[in-house]
Amino acid sequence: MNKDRPDRTPESEERRAVLGKMASATFAGLMLSGVLAHAQDAAPQKTLIPARPFKVSSDANQDVLIRMQGELERAMQKPINERRWGMVIDMRKCIGCHSCTVGCVMENKLPPGVVYRPVIDEEKGTYPNVTRTFLPRPCMHCEDPPCTPACPVGATYKRADGIVVVDYDVCIGCRYCLTACPYQARTFDFGEHWTDNAAKGADGALALTAARAYQNPPNFEYGKHWERGEGIIPKSPVGNARKCTFCTHRLDQGMLPMCVSTCVGRATFFGDLNDPKSLVSELAGAPNASVLKPEAGTHPNVYYLN
Amino acid sequence: MTRNTKILWALWIILALMGGIGIFERLTMGERLAAYTSYVPWGMWVAAYIYFIGLSAGAFLLSSLVYVFGVHKLERIAKLALFVAAITLVMSLLTIWFDLGHMERNYEVFTRPQFHSMMAWMVWLYSAYFALLLGELYYALRRDVKNLSPREIQEDDRKLKRLATIGIPLAIAFHGGVGALFGTVSSRPFWHSSIYPIMFLVGALLSGGALMTFIVSVIWPEKDEAWLDLLQFLGKIVLGFLLFDLLLEWAEYSIPLWYGVGPEADLVKFVLFGPFWYVHWIVHILFGVAIPVYLLTWKRDARSIGIASALVAVTFFAIRLNLVIPGLVTPELRGLEHAYVDPIGNRLSYHYIPSFFEWQVLMGVVALGLALFYFGQRYLPLMQTLNNREVSK
Ligand code: SF4
Ligand code: SF4
Repeated sequence: MNKDRPDRTPESEERRAVLGKMASATFAGLMLSGVLAHAQDAAPQKTLIPARPFKVSSDANQDVLIRMQGELERAMQKPINERRWGMVIDMRKCIGCHSCTVGCVMENKLPPGVVYRPVIDEEKGTYPNVTRTFLPRPCMHCEDPPCTPACPVGATYKRADGIVVVDYDVCIGCRYCLTACPYQARTFDFGEHWTDNAAKGADGALALTAARAYQNPPNFEYGKHWERGEGIIPKSPVGNARKCTFCTHRLDQGMLPMCVSTCVGRATFFGDLNDPKSLVSELAGAPNASVLKPEAGTHPNVYYLN
Repeated sequence: MTRNTKILWALWIILALMGGIGIFERLTMGERLAAYTSYVPWGMWVAAYIYFIGLSAGAFLLSSLVYVFGVHKLERIAKLALFVAAITLVMSLLTIWFDLGHMERNYEVFTRPQFHSMMAWMVWLYSAYFALLLGELYYALRRDVKNLSPREIQEDDRKLKRLATIGIPLAIAFHGGVGALFGTVSSRPFWHSSIYPIMFLVGALLSGGALMTFIVSVIWPEKDEAWLDLLQFLGKIVLGFLLFDLLLEWAEYSIPLWYGVGPEADLVKFVLFGPFWYVHWIVHILFGVAIPVYLLTWKRDARSIGIASALVAVTFFAIRLNLVIPGLVTPELRGLEHAYVDPIGNRLSYHYIPSFFEWQVLMGVVALGLALFYFGQRYLPLMQTLNNREVSK
């Protein structure tokens, strides 16, 4: 992808690299991130972010994904405590396709019962005055999260860049944080598998083998390997609280969160809210931007446009 | 063995077998057989935990009436109350331990202290309380096992008084803390109320007192005048707390319900008129309040007091269920339950009815508690008075 060709300008070169990255996003999510996470385990400091930040064009017609990619790379050059990740979701553009939900489930190999970004499909009014709205609901990565101080062992906390994380190696699975979140953005990993009810019917054995090939490889949340397993001592994240991570493992590799990449309607925006020139800062400051349940006093870093 | 004893033994064996299987399943399969979900993340085990721990705090405070305030009427049951407090505490800790996703990491509550977490405080406080309880039991029972000189007994009494005096604020703090565990959760309108810590204390005194009254009514070795007198005194205590608890409950429900608008009102309506209305009206109000009040006010013979306090002690579990679960049954965001579903375990649902497996684990804990109690009252000198030993058989 990055081979030097004399007929290309550096600008178009970068553009191609970014598009390539995004085109293979799904593939990358499943396979590449694994390889990268392996590499990262060996040398945790190294990331694949280019040394020279991606240039943001002033072209008004520039694709938002390309703009956000550039802004992401720029933000990753800063020290972690100077970044503040945020998300903006345009409810007028969301078509309710659930691609973000599915992309997230694939990226993080979520088992049944665990979901980070469901899309709430709400019907309003009575016939014939009916409308539908779609509300994707990731973790709000609240500025004042009620979930983190509740944790009795400090397993869940807010990182310097604003991302609220769960340390799977510490969490005791008491589920107090689940009760404390006003958005119910946390789910518990009960140790279930997609194949639990499989192998029934004629193609059972085949389906089982195929499905296990998918479910058994580890996932790479927080840039580590997680092989789930039950037993007297369950293997984390089984038995843990789980939640949206803003795809920290992808950010570390210079990639946008999976839900942003897979959003068909270009309705989800992501970036550094500390960067006044970023797309998310621009959108979050718009008059039609609001947050969910402002009365909860959580000051979400996820905004909605409506 | 009489016929009745045989039946009781048979029942206990069934309970223990079922419970044993449940606990074995819990240890080998984790929480997969439990019915609670990610949206109703706490279920019957949490309710059972706060129920047992309330019994413990209540029984303990009753014993403190003797050791700290010298209420002589209750002298004869002080040791028994301490012992019951210890057993119910063990039962509650076991229940909540089974509720953890990672049981093996429980020590982290001490190695990674979090001073802002109400749950951490609760664990620290009841650990301290457990240690204190064991100390008190030791000094209370030692004199009956070893031959102590009167001086040593006096010395032990002094230590007992000191421990029990520390124990009172500790028991109030830790059980108030259990109430605060719920009360501080601002995202749950049903729980988020300042009355909870106080309600928990009154509930503890009520349920613990009722349990002690029931036990005294059944297993006391000499059912004489003094015993009836003691029972009637205990019956009055139970009645008093029962009415006081009812008053607090009235405050808790009538305030949000008055104008009938708002999320809290909906949840109170769920408790009173929802699909599980009978838990409140039949189990709690009829069997837990109306019948006991009648028996304790107008009957007052030993049998009635025994039945009334048994009813109060057992049905109090319904109050605890009605505290934990309604706090969780409504979606925080409308329509969330339809946004994404779980076809395997149905964990993204607001529908919760305890599974048989959850009951089984609870049976195991109860069977263990009964066994401990049986051995204790058989081999420990629990039913002797503080200063003389003539009561024991
Ligand atoms: S949305 Fe919920 S889980 Fe996420 S930070 Fe806020 S309170 Fe915590
Ligand atoms: S479930 Fe885990 S992260 Fe949540 S409060 Fe309990 S220990 Fe902390």
